[in-house]
Amino acid sequence: MLPTLNGRIQTRIFMLVVFGGLITLVLTPMLPGDPDYRTTYLILAAVLVLGIVWELVYHVIQQFRWEKDWPTMFGLITALNEGALVWLLLDLELVPGIDYPSDGVPFWAFFIDFTVIWLVVWIWTNGPMRVPFIRWRFFGGRIV
Amino acid sequence: MIDPSAASVVPTTDPSTYLPAQPITGDLTDQMLETDFWTDDLVASAGIPIVDVPFVTVGGGIGSFVTVDYLRIAGVPTSQMRVLSTLDFPWQTYEYLTRVSQVPRPERIRSDSASRPDNIWGFPSYGFAEGVKKFNPKVLWQLFSEPIFADYYTPKAGNVFEQLERESKRINYDEMLVKGLVRIVRRRYGGGYFTILTPPAGASATKRVAFRSQYVHLAVGYPGLKFLPELQRYRTENNDYQHIVNAYEAHEHVYERLVQKPSTVLVRGGGIVASRILQRLMDDREKFGAQTNIVHLFRTYITGTNDGYGNESDPRPGGGRTRVTMRRRGGNGWAYQGFNYPKSVWGGQLKAQVRNLEGEERAELYKRMGGTNTPWRKLWQKQMNQGRREGWYNCVVGTVDAMEPSGDRIVNHVRTAHGVVPIEVDFVIDCTGLEADIAEHRLLKDLLEHGGASRNPVGRLNVDRSFELIGTGSGNGAMYASGATTLGGYFPGVDTFLGLQVAAQEIYLDLNKRGFCKKIGPVRSTVQWWKWLAGSTP
Ligand SMILES: Cc1cc2nc3c(=O)[nH]c(=O)nc-3n(C[C@H](O)[C@H](O)[C@H](O)COP(=O)(O)OP(=O)(O)OC[C@H]3O[C@@H](n4cnc5c(N)ncnc54)[C@H](O)[C@@H]3O)c2cc1C
Repeated sequence: MLPTLNGRIQTRIFMLVVFGGLITLVLTPMLPGDPDYRTTYLILAAVLVLGIVWELVYHVIQQFRWEKDWPTMFGLITALNEGALVWLLLDLELVPGIDYPSDGVPFWAFFIDFTVIWLVVWIWTNGPMRVPFIRWRFFGGRIV
Repeated sequence: MIDPSAASVVPTTDPSTYLPAQPITGDLTDQMLETDFWTDDLVASAGIPIVDVPFVTVGGGIGSFVTVDYLRIAGVPTSQMRVLSTLDFPWQTYEYLTRVSQVPRPERIRSDSASRPDNIWGFPSYGFAEGVKKFNPKVLWQLFSEPIFADYYTPKAGNVFEQLERESKRINYDEMLVKGLVRIVRRRYGGGYFTILTPPAGASATKRVAFRSQYVHLAVGYPGLKFLPELQRYRTENNDYQHIVNAYEAHEHVYERLVQKPSTVLVRGGGIVASRILQRLMDDREKFGAQTNIVHLFRTYITGTNDGYGNESDPRPGGGRTRVTMRRRGGNGWAYQGFNYPKSVWGGQLKAQVRNLEGEERAELYKRMGGTNTPWRKLWQKQMNQGRREGWYNCVVGTVDAMEPSGDRIVNHVRTAHGVVPIEVDFVIDCTGLEADIAEHRLLKDLLEHGGASRNPVGRLNVDRSFELIGTGSGNGAMYASGATTLGGYFPGVDTFLGLQVAAQEIYLDLNKRGFCKKIGPVRSTVQWWKWLAGSTP
């Protein structure tokens, strides 16, 4: 990927709204621990909001790269730091708006939903996205 | 055909096949050459037949190809476009240049996996297709881990050509191709342009044919690739075209001799072509037991991190060392970089940045991110390390003051930091890739003098953000240019497959605004992609 800051943020919002939204819609009823839609969508929103902050961090890191690129691999492994942070906040019951069950948000529900969304978004960003949007890859990931 | 005494090393079309011996009708008149805007009558009265077509592209190389590819996908029928070219197929010049500079079909070229001139979407990328079709996990791992744990994936030349051939058939490229040499493009009184073509002998009853069009696109490639002046002088003065060669001319005879007879070769240049030539020399040592000694002459020797101004402590405007955020890896003489510019010029931060810079500021950033460079590749590092260890690969830093023959050999007087040193060698291979000035191309020179075209901050053709040649507008017509002749504009990566596609996209969009083609929105794009996949005409 060759993102600009603006492009990063736009792509992030687009991907999480479209793919995150659809996948969460389909997966929620099947997830272990029976979380409700309110919980899964609030978690998705948390991933999105924190993600925008993460993009700022990545953008700073990118400045130290001569090529000003963002290697394909980085797009996948950043799931680790981002996932860990969201889970930590969920565990500490710091994500607002959720009715936390007495034994906490079910970990596997979070893990499965988060991983599936991340993988689909990562694959889509690294190829198929270029098919409907021919200007996207030449404009740093900007959609508008 | 190469004229051995010519300053350009790119084969040019034999002029005798284009300029018939006996005078025939329909030639340019003095009055035409002196007039900046031509009327229809002026052309007709010279006896030059006029062909009407809305869009012509001049060159017929990769740049013309990707542009008509975009327009075909944007719904333009072949009858609306003509490609004026001396080439039989678009990759002909490219294949010649890569083959002689040691990238035959089985070898890998320099650009990345998603730089696909046969596919405007770059999906599936070459690498993904290669990895999936033959299920090759090594390639897939390389794509995943590049450039951190693996060299950048780059496609094989042969594969690129095969795919181009497929796409060329799909869009019916041959229906648009008109063979000939373009002599001149002039603005037409009342709008649009006249493009004067000299067809091959026998192809036309007249010496010239005029294409009257609303739009013209120029993709003429390199205005010329030149020898270093001192090498050219030596060649002509000593009538020696055997021992001094340019990497861009056919020079197999050098390698054949090296295998037969232990010799010393001087390699000049620090870019990718030098890397390729070194690989060939070293491969031949390994495969055929050649006893070649290599002396590698660098003008600038890179010792570590660097930028376009040179090493850390080399002088740069505003003083100081390389910026922490703008420094590239280097060592052993070389500046290391995957592609010919930092990758983000083709779509990311650097592209966005340059798009907003003018004049001096733009020239400064070009300079800072520029400079000769080559990719760091495992194989090349291994070979050079072995050469250094075993003493048959040595580097010299300096410039050549003079050259003189010494029997069958050549003495190069090299000016180094420690004075002038004579270096006697059997062969010199010039890998400096010196490009000629745009005014050395007759068509471009004429555009600068009569067509309203001008030069950009680095001296090439001045194009705007949609690749329209600034100053050449003619009524409702527009002239565009892409490729090496436009380097220095709002987009730096012009002379590459992807750069030519970036330009093609801008041109298509501008033509769409002018009503020449359809818009490639998400739906059209997706439908067209499926057609590409299925191999059916757009
Ligand atoms: C050795 C080498 C390796 C390269 N490797 C890569 C790579 O790996 N990846 C990458 O992305 N890019 C690479 N490039 C850069 C670039 O992509 C290619 O050079 C590409 O072919 C440029 O396309 P073009 O259309 O601008 O020029 P060309 O493909 O050269 O086509 C222009 C054509 O116009 C013709 N022409 C000129 N004047 C006239 C006239 N008056 N009338 C009619 N025809 C005319 C010329 O004969 C020429 O054939 C490489 C370049 C070189 C030299």
